[in-house]
Amino acid sequence: MELNILTAHELTNLLKNKKTTPEEILSSLEKRIKSVDSKVRAYVRLTEPNKLNDNNELNGPNCFLKGIPVSIKDNICTQGYNTECCSKILEGFKPPYDATVIKKLKQAGAVILDKKTNMDEFAFGSSTENSYFGPTHNPWDLERVPGGSSGGSAAAVAADEAVWALGSDTGGSIRQPAAFCGVVGLKPTYGRVSRYGLIAFASSLDQIGPLTKDITDCAILMNIISGCDSYDATSVDITVADYTKSLVNDIKGIKIGIPKEYFVEGLDLEVKSIVEEAIDKLKSLGAAYKEVSLPHTEYAVPVYYIIATAEASSNLARFDGVQYGLRIPAKNIIDMYKKTRDEGFGQEAKRRIILGTFALSHGYYDAYYLRALKVRTLIKQDFDKVFNDFDCIVTPTSPTAAFKIGEKVDDPLKMYLSDIYTISANLAGIPAISIPCGFTKKGLPVGLQILAKPFAEETLFRVAYTYEQNTEWNKRKPKL
Amino acid sequence: MAITKETIEYTAHLARIELKPQELEKISRQLKGILDFIDTLKRLEVKDIAPTSHILPINNVLREDIPVKSLSAEKALMDSPSQKGTFFVVPKIIE
Amino acid sequence: MNYEAVIGLEVHVHLKTKTKAFCGCSTEFGQGPNSQACPVCLGFPGSLPVLNKVALDYAIKVGLALNCAVQEFTKFDRKHYYYPDLPKNYQISQYDLPVSKDGFLDIYLESGTKRIRIKRTHLEEDAGKLIHEDASSLVDFNRAGIPLLEIVSEPDMNSTQEAYEYLTSLKSIIEYLDVSDCDMEKGSLRCDANISIREKGALGLGVKTELKNMNSFKAVRDALAYEIERQTEVLNEGGEITQETKLWDARELKTVSMRTKEEARDYRYFPEPDLPPFIIKSEKIEKIRRTIPELPREKMLRFTKDYGISEYDARILVMNKKDAEYHEACLKAYQDLNKKGMVNLLIGTLLSEANARNTASAELGVLPSRLTELIEFVDRDQISNLTAKSVLTEMIDTHISAAEIIKKKNLIQISDTASLDAVVEEVIKENPKSVEAFKAGKENAIMFLVGQAMKKSQGKANPKAVQEILKRRLVDA
Repeated sequence: MELNILTAHELTNLLKNKKTTPEEILSSLEKRIKSVDSKVRAYVRLTEPNKLNDNNELNGPNCFLKGIPVSIKDNICTQGYNTECCSKILEGFKPPYDATVIKKLKQAGAVILDKKTNMDEFAFGSSTENSYFGPTHNPWDLERVPGGSSGGSAAAVAADEAVWALGSDTGGSIRQPAAFCGVVGLKPTYGRVSRYGLIAFASSLDQIGPLTKDITDCAILMNIISGCDSYDATSVDITVADYTKSLVNDIKGIKIGIPKEYFVEGLDLEVKSIVEEAIDKLKSLGAAYKEVSLPHTEYAVPVYYIIATAEASSNLARFDGVQYGLRIPAKNIIDMYKKTRDEGFGQEAKRRIILGTFALSHGYYDAYYLRALKVRTLIKQDFDKVFNDFDCIVTPTSPTAAFKIGEKVDDPLKMYLSDIYTISANLAGIPAISIPCGFTKKGLPVGLQILAKPFAEETLFRVAYTYEQNTEWNKRKPKL
Repeated sequence: MAITKETIEYTAHLARIELKPQELEKISRQLKGILDFIDTLKRLEVKDIAPTSHILPINNVLREDIPVKSLSAEKALMDSPSQKGTFFVVPKIIE
Repeated sequence: MNYEAVIGLEVHVHLKTKTKAFCGCSTEFGQGPNSQACPVCLGFPGSLPVLNKVALDYAIKVGLALNCAVQEFTKFDRKHYYYPDLPKNYQISQYDLPVSKDGFLDIYLESGTKRIRIKRTHLEEDAGKLIHEDASSLVDFNRAGIPLLEIVSEPDMNSTQEAYEYLTSLKSIIEYLDVSDCDMEKGSLRCDANISIREKGALGLGVKTELKNMNSFKAVRDALAYEIERQTEVLNEGGEITQETKLWDARELKTVSMRTKEEARDYRYFPEPDLPPFIIKSEKIEKIRRTIPELPREKMLRFTKDYGISEYDARILVMNKKDAEYHEACLKAYQDLNKKGMVNLLIGTLLSEANARNTASAELGVLPSRLTELIEFVDRDQISNLTAKSVLTEMIDTHISAAEIIKKKNLIQISDTASLDAVVEEVIKENPKSVEAFKAGKENAIMFLVGQAMKKSQGKANPKAVQEILKRRLVDA
């Protein structure tokens, strides 16, 4: 059996029982990448095969992950390895420091792959078509998008080109590609995982999270990356539970809310029926569900596109050619800024930066940014109310399955609307997971999204694990 | 919201992005559409709602005043497009 | 047309914390450019700020010392503008909810005390340094991220003197708190001014110009004076003042418009999402209040009470904290209840010696007991004030005591009548004209005669005694 198709926990067992070595695992992965990545394009800047980390911690007591490779999205800083957010403006940037999550992974003995996974430039997108390096192709249908912005990570995991991966989620960028690629993707509670070293898109919405082949791997990876960080003032000092303890096959008594606003026109009928079947499955396993209302759902997308682009326009102001990345030489500094940023940013990046700058500018701040912050309060309150009476909320992850490459790229608004089910969780700061729950007639994966109240990742794991143990979706693999 | 091309051009200047004329055309069109969509927010009554700038109820995150090792100058300049000694170099600024 | 100036000052002080505002880089310089920086203060992608606890404490301390209301809820905001010394192209600052506001500072003028209101104080991070060469500019980010406290006054000052007094008083208070070195030359205190003029008695404000690049207290005074004159001239000729930013040219001694026309900046402030807000409880405020030492004004008032000296003199003695402590030790060491002798020595002689050597009185190394010893020679009429001055200079240079110097140089005045009588007789004989003049009613002529006596005695005669003897001789004769 090829090692690359196994999960991290399976590989850990093999390593423990000396049935394989880290070198063999890595080599199996490399072989798979060589074989299929020219079609999938999950990775960017393919380099020479990775050397095992020269890690002192490799022999420490916490090295239970020793020898397990992790694939990293191109917006998470890895010291000495290019981290470019798949943008021309960060061409050649090698961070002089590791993101906190990378430090934690290294301390646990994991091997950080030096091939970064593809993404929409600066995480601006829902299809990975906005990457400077070109799109990633969905392993289930190479003519379709893998979702975005963590499309590379999701596709790599789905195609067994990765054991597991880290992505980032600002408006659904882990969950939606997880759904499109038939893998597990989790966005932690805001503040659960340190953002130090994540190249920021929207500071009040971003989180790093796992993309994995099954729930068990997701829990293990969450155990490692979660926790308060003194370098991130927005990371919370709440003890990290052992999420693997939530991997129990039992959801008797769990109360599930089904928001009626998510099952309206715009939701593909096939996706709708698959998701409804999944909800019925949960019921058959002992959970109870009831219709609830999240009345401000329709405002989530406009609120998101003001807040996220405003913060993005600010976070991306630093890309100016002075200290790192691309510089277009010019006689004066203003020209240097303008030419560098014009040449270095793609269309979507420019669009968002200008929109965000506008929302913050004099005369428009109150009508746009301030108003959006207030509506954000209303959206959060919607969730608070529901979580008073329900343990979790279940929805489709995305209104459709994977769409064709090129289908939405010229209509930004259409693209933005595909985030409609995932965005609210970021605005409310709550944890959310997408798990495979079926396939369309065309053989495309469909994702089920589960949301819980802040810091209740245990509930997500419990429900997701129970569902997984009683279905077989994650056992199907794309034919590549 | 009726937003003019001039406003978008000025906004692009605020963001230090130079748009070529066709780009400006295209982006203006797209942004107008997006802003029209965003204007649905105007339907809501939000006068007495407090804005959420920070979603977490945490306060007073502080750091002790204890020095930590800085990066070496070499590391700080590792990716610099232009340097002189351990300075970053930029086109002459005239004040 | 009678115009009055309306001046507001914006002062930035470097807080002397051990580390920067938002990262753990040391604030102690000395190494080469860009060696005191990290991903956070360099603004590298992925970096995040975390506020320095002591910076916040210092900000609260200053707010309290300036009689401000420290805000219970305060937060940071991003202030956006593009400049190569600003790594993120935004500065983390405070916009609408600063640490403290609505305070005041009393300044002392000849006409009495005047209250200058303080609008607000807030924390922010400093930018890096630019060095301009022929064809390019060089950037050093060592200074980027140093915590700054910005103190904004209301436009309550109406003259350059008031502005100067405000600055010196502010510097004095902050030094007392020991939260900044407040050295304008070294850049740990920076000052920008907003100045306009209006008809005397008018209520509104004229168009203001912003003045920058004033690198010393003297420059502030000169720049303001120049600008008042310039604006007055413009208005007198029927022109209008344009609102603009001007730089002080310390070489040409004039204000010049900035070369690049500064567009009206849209800073696009919004709350800093990377920093959760701060709730400052009253217990914390009180705890910090208790660490505030006796401030200049309190000390000044206490000196007038404890040592019976004037407010004017006391103010000079307490201006600088280290000197204030030294001065108090001197006042205490001097046993006489009338401290005038000591005060004069401290303010007159010692302070000018210190200024000449570009240092503080306390740094001159003269023990309070030794100063007392010197004054007591004067009190006993053994040396004149003039002699005391030169003895003091030598005490500073050599660290030898007054007694030793006076003994070595044989400086004790001749005060005994017998010796002086002889000298006086000679002087009277040799200067008949002056004697006549005095007898004729010209009082001052006696000073000439005293001077002659001093000359004759190589300066050793006690001038007071000489004058007494002369008077007796000339009046009686």
